[in-house]
Amino acid sequence: MSSSVITEQEIHCYHCGETCLNTKIRMAEKVFCCDGCKMVYQILNQSELCEYYNLNDNPGINQRVRVRHDKFAFLDDEKIQLQLISFEDEKQVHITFYLPQMHCSSCLYLLENLHRLNPGVVSSKVNFTRKEADIVFLKDKTSLRSVAETLTNIGYEPYISLNDLKEKRPAIDRSMVYQIGVAGFAFGNIMLMSFPEYLGIDASEKGLLTIFRWANFGLAIPVLLYSALPFYISSWKSLKHKFLNIDAPIALAVIITFIRSAYEVISGTGGGYFDSMTGIVFFMLAGRILQDKTYRQLSFERDYTSYFPIAISVLKEGKETPTALPDIKPGDTLLIHNEELIPADGLLTRGKAFIDYSFVTGESLPVQKEIGEIVYAGGKQTEGNIEILVVKEVTQSYLTKLWNRDEFKEQEEINTKSFVHLLSRYFTYIVLAIAAATVIYWQFNDPSRVWPAMTSIFIIACPCALFLSNTFTNGNILRILGRNHLYLRNAQTIEDLGKATHIVFDKTGTLTSSQEQDIVYDGKELNEFQLQQVAALADHSNHPLSKALARHIGRKQGFDIDHFKEIPGQGIEGQFGEDSLKLGSYVFTTGNTGHTSGTSVFVRFGDEVFGQFRFSNHYREAIPELIRELKKEYKLSVLSGDNMAEQENLQKLMGSNATLLFHQKPEDKLNYIRFLQEKGEKVMMIGDGLNDAGALKQSDIGIAVAEQTNNFTPSSDAIIEAKKLSGLTRFIRLCRANRNIVVASFVLSIVYNVIGLFFAVQGTLSPLIAAILMPSSSLSILLLTFGSSSLIAKRLKL
Amino acid sequence: MSVIIILMIASISVAAIFLVAFLWGVKSGQFEDDFSPSSRILFEDKPASTKTV
Repeated sequence: MSSSVITEQEIHCYHCGETCLNTKIRMAEKVFCCDGCKMVYQILNQSELCEYYNLNDNPGINQRVRVRHDKFAFLDDEKIQLQLISFEDEKQVHITFYLPQMHCSSCLYLLENLHRLNPGVVSSKVNFTRKEADIVFLKDKTSLRSVAETLTNIGYEPYISLNDLKEKRPAIDRSMVYQIGVAGFAFGNIMLMSFPEYLGIDASEKGLLTIFRWANFGLAIPVLLYSALPFYISSWKSLKHKFLNIDAPIALAVIITFIRSAYEVISGTGGGYFDSMTGIVFFMLAGRILQDKTYRQLSFERDYTSYFPIAISVLKEGKETPTALPDIKPGDTLLIHNEELIPADGLLTRGKAFIDYSFVTGESLPVQKEIGEIVYAGGKQTEGNIEILVVKEVTQSYLTKLWNRDEFKEQEEINTKSFVHLLSRYFTYIVLAIAAATVIYWQFNDPSRVWPAMTSIFIIACPCALFLSNTFTNGNILRILGRNHLYLRNAQTIEDLGKATHIVFDKTGTLTSSQEQDIVYDGKELNEFQLQQVAALADHSNHPLSKALARHIGRKQGFDIDHFKEIPGQGIEGQFGEDSLKLGSYVFTTGNTGHTSGTSVFVRFGDEVFGQFRFSNHYREAIPELIRELKKEYKLSVLSGDNMAEQENLQKLMGSNATLLFHQKPEDKLNYIRFLQEKGEKVMMIGDGLNDAGALKQSDIGIAVAEQTNNFTPSSDAIIEAKKLSGLTRFIRLCRANRNIVVASFVLSIVYNVIGLFFAVQGTLSPLIAAILMPSSSLSILLLTFGSSSLIAKRLKL
Repeated sequence: MSVIIILMIASISVAAIFLVAFLWGVKSGQFEDDFSPSSRILFEDKPASTKTV
């Protein structure tokens, strides 16, 4: 077994792979970055699960911040248990946990060997794509809480949110896959059994021919009744809304083809078009499945309940009782632990609140609240524990009310906007006109041909080619964008993305990185040793500014710090042997009162104040380039929940035409989007936090920016990885090309249709011609759409 | 000519077996997680599910 990786200077933690600052924390030749990592190693070592470290190098999850030991106390509550457990009998309990930390085969190995860590566990099975583990455990040997704690102890903390309290998630709908399976089966066999008919079969073998025809008839029935169901359902839905979508003529064509073919078989006049019918259904289902490919690991539908914890500690007569969130009433006193989310609006009654609202309001730095002040739901307490007195129920709080607005509920997503439906409608009218003309013509010339001519027009002229080109192009574009880490909710989003006229950005977390800040030192020069001392001290604190500072300087040495003290809201201090060092606010370091502009951290060694580190927003690298390109084509706006400190910089960046608005509350953002929409703009909103959630929903297309796709994003039409934001202009171009590709392949399909119609109007469309036309047109359209969309993507370097 | 009919029945039943196998595979979720099974097979120790309760 290899010991920890030792390079020239850096030592990496055997567990999590982070750089170790010293080699003090070690066990059995292995070095760890923190006691948490060492503890996990110990646990695994005792249970002989060290195979975990052999499968991948440093597979662990950093344990520097340990989870509070009674965090899962709420799992002892029976009411909560009932809603989480998926199955229960006298002996066993089945539970599915979402474990977002899962990332490699080592994780898989460890989680599936959970029974060796907790003997009460019977089995655990991992679904890696969904990052879930289905765990079965024995009731009398262990409890839900202890299973959750076992997981937490080895670094896989289950994520349990308020969302889990709602009704069970619907199972994944696989019916379309079954349908395509049936259609493929029928299509293949019917093709095979149609060959004798096409190749000419002797009259002497008439009996055999009849058998083949009846077999085809039988095989086509499940396709008509089962596989084609999605088309019937969709066209019925659209007709109910008095709208003719593309599925309606397709459903009609499928039914007419079947009736006509059935008539031929029964009357013994021909073999019918069963092969064309099943083939078309098969191809169209394939296109639809490709287009509807969903990113199962992502969620576009998150609302506030996914962010909120499932339970919170309520203080009753001095005792902590874990209570499910919906049961919290105004008047309750909540105990909010460090790093916990405040679930309901309330008054601060005890402790120093230092609340990080960046996710709710977009303010980049935590705000301090005094006792008696109101704190809003959604904020995250960052230093120490606090108590709050609830004034509003969870569902009534400021943030959640934004979500429950009625206008959002009305937005039913019936896919009626696409230009394809419009195109198909014209197409259908033309076909109807041709059919009518043909019927009238044959009525006067040869009435016996009316029926065959009319049915063959409907068979040949169903807009399935348009449908195919649309679904396959969409599917391919979704795939290309997904490869570039832009994940769209559905195919309609492609069109919307291409149509936007006004782009609205959020500032914090979108234009600027929420994880990095520009830090400039200003004052008496610090030597390297002093800088390292500053970094070491800052690293001891969890305050965002301290963390940023430690990262900025880059800690290389370890120090012994004595008398470390953190005064929430003010600063930190510590002793390095003889030297004392203070970092913090102006008041804290100098003892004088005064006000400084912007955000700074002052440094004081011994009795001397050396200077200050100034913090400013760090724009993402690619942003200036992106804005320059977007400026040419779009109107731009920036909505920021932050203060106006950045206004000048931002105006320079965005250009003089851009609208910049500051101090925007979530509600203001939403209203601004609506204001633009009323002016007739198609608005694209790009944001990242809960504070943008309302605006993202209101906009024509909302794109959520995530540092990692595993992170939680507010509900939106698309999710983009932050580092890929630079490609936005190219993504938009690809989406615009979508329409041209569909139209081009539609034109191609019309050529085929004209050939088919030439035979059809004469009433001489033989099954053989149909059987050649149908697959060749489908295949050439597939090639054209796939080829051209991939080619365009290649030219755009996607 | 009856041999052709026998062949036809045979071929369709073979195809039907594959169809059933496909539907069963989809239903049991075999196409859902393409990472776990390929890694699981490389682990030396048996997972817990084989253990009797």
